Amino acid sequence: MIENLKKLENLINSELTSKIQSSFIANDELSIEINENDLIEIIQFLKSNEKCKFRQLIDIAGVDYPNEEKRFKLVYLFLSHENNCRIKISINFQPKQIINSITKIFPAANWMEREVFDMYGIKFKNHPDLRRILTDYGFKGHPLRKDFPLTGFNEVRYSEKEKKVIYEPVKLEQNYRNFDFESPWEGTNYIKEIKKKQADGKKN
Amino acid sequence: MVKKTKSLNLNFGPQHPAAHGVLRLILELDGEVVEKADPHIGLLHRGTEKLIEQKTYTQALPYFDRLDYVAPMNQEHAFALAAEKLLKIEVPIRAKYIRVIFCEIGRILSHILNVTTQALDVGALTPSLWGFEERETLMTFYERASGSRLHANYFRTGGVHQDIPLKLVEDIEKFCKSFPKIIDDLESLLTDNRIFKQRNVEIGIVTKQEALDHSFSGVMLRGSGVPWDLRRSQPYEIYKDLDFKIPVGKNGDCYDRYLCRIEEMRESVKIILQCIERLPKGPVKSIDGKISPPNRQDLKQSMEALIHHFKLFTEGYRVPPGDVYTAVEAPKGEFGVYLISDGTNKPYRCKIRAPGFSHLQAMDYLIRGHMLADVPAVLGSLDIVFGEVDR
Repeated sequence: MIENLKKLENLINSELTSKIQSSFIANDELSIEINENDLIEIIQFLKSNEKCKFRQLIDIAGVDYPNEEKRFKLVYLFLSHENNCRIKISINFQPKQIINSITKIFPAANWMEREVFDMYGIKFKNHPDLRRILTDYGFKGHPLRKDFPLTGFNEVRYSEKEKKVIYEPVKLEQNYRNFDFESPWEGTNYIKEIKKKQADGKKN
Repeated sequence: MVKKTKSLNLNFGPQHPAAHGVLRLILELDGEVVEKADPHIGLLHRGTEKLIEQKTYTQALPYFDRLDYVAPMNQEHAFALAAEKLLKIEVPIRAKYIRVIFCEIGRILSHILNVTTQALDVGALTPSLWGFEERETLMTFYERASGSRLHANYFRTGGVHQDIPLKLVEDIEKFCKSFPKIIDDLESLLTDNRIFKQRNVEIGIVTKQEALDHSFSGVMLRGSGVPWDLRRSQPYEIYKDLDFKIPVGKNGDCYDRYLCRIEEMRESVKIILQCIERLPKGPVKSIDGKISPPNRQDLKQSMEALIHHFKLFTEGYRVPPGDVYTAVEAPKGEFGVYLISDGTNKPYRCKIRAPGFSHLQAMDYLIRGHMLADVPAVLGSLDIVFGEVDR
């Protein structure tokens, strides 16, 4: 299994030398990072090459890293039935960039790209029908971005007065509490800050 | 004189018994022939992936029951496998057997529901009455193992929550002995039934190439003649050691998919019987105290166990950074979890790959040129459950 992946990694690296930014095998899975401009070409190669034959697109996953300059990451997961192996292709890019759609190569990418657009607001070039898919009609914002609050902005309820479903801003009886349970043994942050302040104060 | 025809737009669902949940389908009709179908999904969207990012790994698991709520444990399995792969822990052998038994029960649960409701959609009422009685029995098995009929929350990273009682194993065995007879009964109602065949044969044909292009998996792929089953090709748990066949269809129509599901139920019964026969003794969850909670007795006596318990149910366990994709052969197809961990106690990102999502996507091309009455038949054979499509 792993030997196959290594062979595949070598093959892809030798065929597409300059286009591969990095490739590695971790947890028995082959990941390849590429430049977003080469996407179409590389995916076409993976699908048609005799030794790769990645003929099934499994999924497209968006990831958000708000602190990085290249904020968004797209991970394309492919499966090859013939060789019985999988591959992950990832691209990193800036928020405003428009990514080429791969619907021409894989018709199944249609809804997957719509979902990424819906959840992250990433736009795709040459997509036949880029609409929201999972969220409500007339929804605003992109819920899977890290800066989108878990509770959302609007809530929906049936109004007995108006005899219809109405949208209104979220009203919470109590703020959503996000407990930080991580490693309580190292002390809470604010104590560290107080100590640091005291230490700084002494220096001055 | 040229007669101008105008196509008719028909709104099918979201509240319609044949929509199998909350599907809104906008159909463009020319007379009775469907010209275009535009499925509107997301009416059951609950933001599962967003919620999982806020929960610890243990707390995230129950969300998977709520995806494909017809076969809950198969979903949990994919997530448990993903976390285990990142943590690099081994699952005790008994837990593996128990997992496989319950996954196969899940498969039977799902296939009974699908086969019988599809029959219901095309006009046969009795199969669903017979089938649901068996589902009830199977759900009591779920209940006796996990405490609840549907939302089991039974699998854990590193094993399963609790051991199963001996009597339960005997009862499952008894069920497996009697269930093939029920499948025969169902078949006697449907397989050669003239009406059922008229409604299903050569309806919604998928060729091999189309099945690949549209990311089909599971029965949708095998019905078209692609022999691909993750239990066989990329075996997880103990499927490698088990003896079972993989039914493959020929024509790729609704009828072949029905036949595949019927055969898969028979194979599942065989798998369960093999597992029961070999079921070894031993622990049912990882013995690593940093991952699985201590048992009740230790809690009363051991300080260390108490600390572990406290830590596990507040902070949870931390998972080393990295990303993995694990997939299981769920009843509906390849159910995958793409998990990214940043080294904390919560997943950074958890993308759920639901088989129904890509199947429903192909609805438009499957139904083009068919009659309006074929819509429920095709929809039924896609095996859609909105819990997983909408997430």
